[in-house]
Amino acid sequence: MNTAAYIARRLFYGLVLMFFVVVLNFVLIRLAPGDPAEVIAGEMGGITQEMLADIRATYGLDKPIATQLAIYLGQIARGDLGMSFFFDQPVAKLIGTRIGATILLVLAAQLVSILIGVVMGVFAARKPNGVVSALVAVFSTLGYALPVFWTGIMLIIVFASWLPIFPVEGMRSARFEGGSFAYVLDVLHHLVLPAVTLAIIFLAQYARLARASMIEVLGADYIRTARAKGVPERRVVFHHALRNAVLPILTVAGLQFGNLISGALLVETVFNWPGMGTLAFDSILRRDYPTVMGILIIGAAMVVVANILTDLGYRLADPRIRTEGGRR
Amino acid sequence: MNELSRSAPERAASPAAEAWRMFRRNRPAMLGTAIFLTMLGVVIYGSLFGGDPFEIVWAPQTPPGEDGFVFGTDYLGRNLATGLLVGGAPTMAVGAAAAVLSIFIGVTIGALAGYYGGWVDNLLMRITEFFQVLPALLFAMVLVTLFSPSLVTIATAIGVVMWPQTARLTRAEFLKIRELEYVTAARAIGAGNGRIMWRVILPNALPPLIVSATLTVGVAILFEAGLSFLGLGDPNTMSWGMMIGANREYILDAWWPVTFPGLAIFLTVFSVSLIGDGLNDAFNPKLRER
Repeated sequence: MNTAAYIARRLFYGLVLMFFVVVLNFVLIRLAPGDPAEVIAGEMGGITQEMLADIRATYGLDKPIATQLAIYLGQIARGDLGMSFFFDQPVAKLIGTRIGATILLVLAAQLVSILIGVVMGVFAARKPNGVVSALVAVFSTLGYALPVFWTGIMLIIVFASWLPIFPVEGMRSARFEGGSFAYVLDVLHHLVLPAVTLAIIFLAQYARLARASMIEVLGADYIRTARAKGVPERRVVFHHALRNAVLPILTVAGLQFGNLISGALLVETVFNWPGMGTLAFDSILRRDYPTVMGILIIGAAMVVVANILTDLGYRLADPRIRTEGGRR
Repeated sequence: MNELSRSAPERAASPAAEAWRMFRRNRPAMLGTAIFLTMLGVVIYGSLFGGDPFEIVWAPQTPPGEDGFVFGTDYLGRNLATGLLVGGAPTMAVGAAAAVLSIFIGVTIGALAGYYGGWVDNLLMRITEFFQVLPALLFAMVLVTLFSPSLVTIATAIGVVMWPQTARLTRAEFLKIRELEYVTAARAIGAGNGRIMWRVILPNALPPLIVSATLTVGVAILFEAGLSFLGLGDPNTMSWGMMIGANREYILDAWWPVTFPGLAIFLTVFSVSLIGDGLNDAFNPKLRER
C-alpha cells in the first residue's frame, strides 16, 4: 500500500473514532441526572429561563432524540463545541487559547523521557548485570509508584522553595520585559519542572523497554558480523543496534499519548500551567459541562492525531513496512 | 510393588506451590508483601479506631514532632496522624473495587475476542481501541462530575476507564492457548464453548493475568488519589489524595501536610508493584534476566 492511500485510510478511521467520541458525549449528557438543558448550561447559579429556552432551541431539545443527535453532530462538525456560560465564551475559543501550552508540555515530557530513557537503556544493555541495569530496575518501580501530582509538589518544595532555581508556577514571568529570545528562555525556564515531573512516569518505562530491546538486538547475527569486520564498538551500538532497537520504543511511545494527557492534567494543576488541564479542573469545579465535554472531545482528537503521526513515523523509521507488498 | 515406584520422588509440587516457593525466596517481593500488609493493617486499624480526621485539634501547621503531634497538623489545625490513619481506607477500597471491575470487564471482553476471533474479535477490539483513545483520567473526571462523587461512582468510573489493557492481554493469551492440544482434546470430548473458555483456557492464562491484575490495583490506587487530589473524591470521606489537594496551596509554608500522605500512597503502590514483579518472576523464572 502506498503512503498516500495509507494516510487516507488512517484519517478515515480516525474520523470514525471521533464520531463515536461525540456520540458518547451526547449519550453521557442525556444519562446524567436532570434536565439536559440544565446540564448543558452548567450547574451554576444565575441561569435564567431565557437562557434555558435559548439552549433548548439551539440544541433542538424538544425534537426527537435522533434529530437532537444530528443537530449535535452538525455543531461539532462545524467546530462549534457549545458555549461556556461560566467563562462567557465559546468553548472552542477557550480551548484554542489553552491547547498550545498542553501540547508544549506533553511533547517536552515525551522528548525528555524518550531521550533519557533510551540513553539509560543503552548503557544498561551493555552490562545487563551492571550498576546502570540495577538503576533502571529501581527507577522503573519508582516511576510506576510515584503519584505524579505529589512528585510535582515535592519538586516545587525542593527546587523552587528550598533551592530557588526554578519558578513555582505558571508559564511566564509576571512582569516580563525582553526580546523574543529571552521570552522563549523564560518559558523554557518555567517548563523544566512540569516537564520533568511528567517525564518521570514514562522515563522508567522507556528505559526498561530500551534495555530489553537493546539486549535482544545486540545478540543478533548482524551485530556479530559488524564487530567481526572491525566496526568500532561505538558505531556498532549507536548505528547498527540502536536503529533497530528504537522501533518498539516508538510503538509504545505512540500508545502513551492518552496517558500523557491524563498526566498533564494533574501536572498542570500542580504547576498552574495555563493549558487544557487547568481549564478542565476549573470548569469541573464550576460544573461547566460544555467546557469539560469539549476538552474530552479535543483530548481524544489529540490522541487520534498522535496515533496517526506515530504510525507514519514508524513507516519512515522501518523501511520494511514501507515496501511491504507495494513498490520495491 | 517394585523398587522403581517406591523410590520415585514424592508427589511433584503443583505449579502454584512452585510459584509460591519462588516468590518466598524473592527478597524484594517479600519486602513488598511486608510493606503492603503493614499498610493494610494500619488502614484497618485506622478505620476502626482512627477518630475524626476533620476535627480541628491544635494550632494550624504545627511541625511534625512538636506538641505531641508525630506528623504535625495541617493548614486548619487538623491532626495529620488521624488523617493518615483514616485516609487510606477509601483509597484502598476504591482501588481494589475499581481493579476488580476493570479486570472483570477486561477479561470478559478479551476472552470473547480471543476465543471467537473473526467479527467478534474485530468488533470488540474496535471498542477497546475506542476506549483507549479517551484520555482515561479526563474521562473518569467527566463521569464522576456528571454522576455526583461517591465511593461507588468513583470506583465505577476508574474501572470503566482502565480495562482496555487487561482486555488486550487476555485476548493475546486466549489466541495463544486456544490452539494448544489440550483445548482440542477438551473439544473432542464434547466440552461446550463456555466450558472451554472459563474452565480450560482461563486457568492456563492466569499467571500473566494475575501479574497484570496486581499492577492494575496499583494504578487504580493512583487514579483514586489523583481524583481526590483534584477535589473530585467523596467530600465527606477523608483520603490521602484529598489531604494533598487540600494542603497544596500552602506548600511553601509547610511541607509536611503534603509530604506524608504522598509517601503513604507511594509506599502502598510501591509495595503492590514489588509484589507484581515478584509474581512475574515466580511465574516465569526464565524471563528473570530480561
